[in-house]
Amino acid sequence: MIEFEQVTKRFGSWTAVDAVSFTVAEGEFRVLIGPSGSGKSTVLRMINRLIPADEGAIRIDGEDIASLKPEELRRRMGYVIQSVGLFPHWTVERNIATVPGLLGWPKARIRDRVTELLELLNLDPRRYRGAYPHQLSGGQQQRVGVARALAAEPRILLMDEPFSALDPITRASLQTELSAIHRRTGTTVVFVTHDMDEALRLGDRIAVMDHGRLIQCATPLDILTRPASPLVRDLVGREEWGLKRLAVETVGDRARRQESVTGEPLAAETPLHRALSEMVARGTERLPVVDGDGRPAGVLHLSDLVRPTSGGVVPGGTA
Amino acid sequence: MHNRVALLMVLAAAVAAMALPFLGFAPNRLLSGRPVPLWAAVQGLGGAAALLPGLVLLATPFLRPTRAGIGLTVAAGGLFTAGLVWLAGAQAAALAQGASAAARTSFASGFWVMAAAGLLTAIDAARRLGLGAIGRMAVGGAVAALVALQLASGHLDALSILKEYANRREIFADAVLRHATLVVAALVPTLLIGIPLGVAAHRVQAVGRAVFPVLNVVQTVPSIALFGLLMAPLAALGAMLPGTGISGVGPLPAVIALTLYSLLPIVRNTAVGLDGVPAPVREAARGMGLTPRQIFLRVDLPLALPVFLSGLRITVVQAVGLAAVAALIGAGGLGAIMFQGLFANALDLVLLGAVPVILLAVAADALLSIGIAAATHSIGVLPGKSAP
Repeated sequence: MIEFEQVTKRFGSWTAVDAVSFTVAEGEFRVLIGPSGSGKSTVLRMINRLIPADEGAIRIDGEDIASLKPEELRRRMGYVIQSVGLFPHWTVERNIATVPGLLGWPKARIRDRVTELLELLNLDPRRYRGAYPHQLSGGQQQRVGVARALAAEPRILLMDEPFSALDPITRASLQTELSAIHRRTGTTVVFVTHDMDEALRLGDRIAVMDHGRLIQCATPLDILTRPASPLVRDLVGREEWGLKRLAVETVGDRARRQESVTGEPLAAETPLHRALSEMVARGTERLPVVDGDGRPAGVLHLSDLVRPTSGGVVPGGTA
Repeated sequence: MHNRVALLMVLAAAVAAMALPFLGFAPNRLLSGRPVPLWAAVQGLGGAAALLPGLVLLATPFLRPTRAGIGLTVAAGGLFTAGLVWLAGAQAAALAQGASAAARTSFASGFWVMAAAGLLTAIDAARRLGLGAIGRMAVGGAVAALVALQLASGHLDALSILKEYANRREIFADAVLRHATLVVAALVPTLLIGIPLGVAAHRVQAVGRAVFPVLNVVQTVPSIALFGLLMAPLAALGAMLPGTGISGVGPLPAVIALTLYSLLPIVRNTAVGLDGVPAPVREAARGMGLTPRQIFLRVDLPLALPVFLSGLRITVVQAVGLAAVAALIGAGGLGAIMFQGLFANALDLVLLGAVPVILLAVAADALLSIGIAAATHSIGVLPGKSAP
């Protein structure tokens, strides 16, 4: 658990972070979003003390980070940045092994861990273990960057616009993989971005910042449906609002459980905008739904997309 | 015709072979000699064989640029140069028979032009062959070995430069040692002061702004002037502290001046090398929990090493050359032999001092080039320089 209590950071006369308080729960995927200069990156870099706080307290699992040695604190967290920052003179394996090496893991365990991580990030260990960073594409470099951050099994992963420099296809696949890794490992993630679509897609909760202040901290659904300020509404944008709205809920949330219909079924965790696309493609207004085990889980009607039914569960929206 | 550079070299060598004197023969070292053309120096089968690579070299600009053709050019250029030396040695020995012991046979302009053309053609071809620093050094080393073999066998003993050497065997060895000592003695303080200063200039902009103008000015002061400038204060200091051996002339002012000259490339390249380490790499290192010391040793140092080594290369080559001038203020070294020759109007004595200076500089340059190549290879290609 990460707690910020009245944290302030000034650079000269400019207040980058202004009396910010929030809590990130254990295992949560928290996105920090805001315009340039809103203080989101500063907040992130205060968590691993790359930037020291001027006022207030930052606690991790109840422990004030000011009482820890910065290097020890950082070795307990993964850190991924937009420009990756792989060591150009080290192989992929040695890059990934950096923090385990600092922590003094045995060689065999490091080697196994590198193999495991390369497989997790869809990089063939036999091919990429001994490669140098300059031999990799941008997307592959960031995969290694994520693997390196996860190497010592950190309970907290800090990511500063990690996918912003990648092409849309690579970005989408890394987003999907990151979601899967987060679900599997239960790591707490703090993720900075300026891209609202990315925030809506990845975040359990989204914290919107502006001028060093926290404007709103809420679930993607609440950010869309109950924006706390005009800035939040602008960040979401009017364009394709309806599709974004659909994207934050799944087929399982809206399906009519008791009904059944024939046809190729959709998985319950499919986002609703994909279901809409599927209906248009198939020329139908009703789609069968199956749960994670492939058992029938009801039927989704076109009208359900427009207005939630009693059968749909709206995720808890406490701001 | 496939190669203009080689053609130019071959033409120069051909003109020199026909129009310029190959050797000069004088009754003693003070008189200017009568010219000995190349055709007069070629005697018997051995002489003709020594020139055979030259005939091959004549054809090389017209060879197709295949690996075999370029390889042949490398071999022909190198062997031609070594053959010229052999020919000079043989002719000198022939001329020495029946002449007085004071007679001198020296290299003349034709020899220098042809030898230079042969070497340059070989080096140019080695580069076109794609040989790295080590490969090019091997080519140079092979030519040097062929000449060294002739030296060791006594084949060249009748040449004037070796007669000068025979008269000064011990002085020569001392001079080489002294020369190298001067360079090393200047390098130690240069590195001890220069590296920390370079690191400081990288970390604090104000340090760089203060240091670089001063070092730049020092570089522009002519060496003799700098030696002269140091004489007065050091002489005064020596007078104040008798018994310390401090004096305005001798090795001390030479080492101080060499150090002052050597600082700029070391400080500048240390700073530039560190400036070149990508900021995200350092940021990631810090974010992963490397200590400042670990970041310096594991990230900054290896990534800045190639640039630092090229600064060291400039420094060493420059110091080897400048140390020769230091003989003027009584620091000794190979410069002393050169100046002795200049003042006595004995050109071969000048050569006896100058050739080892050149060889020292070339050897230092080659060794450091290999170091730079190895350091560059070990860090791969820096991000941004290569497409993924």
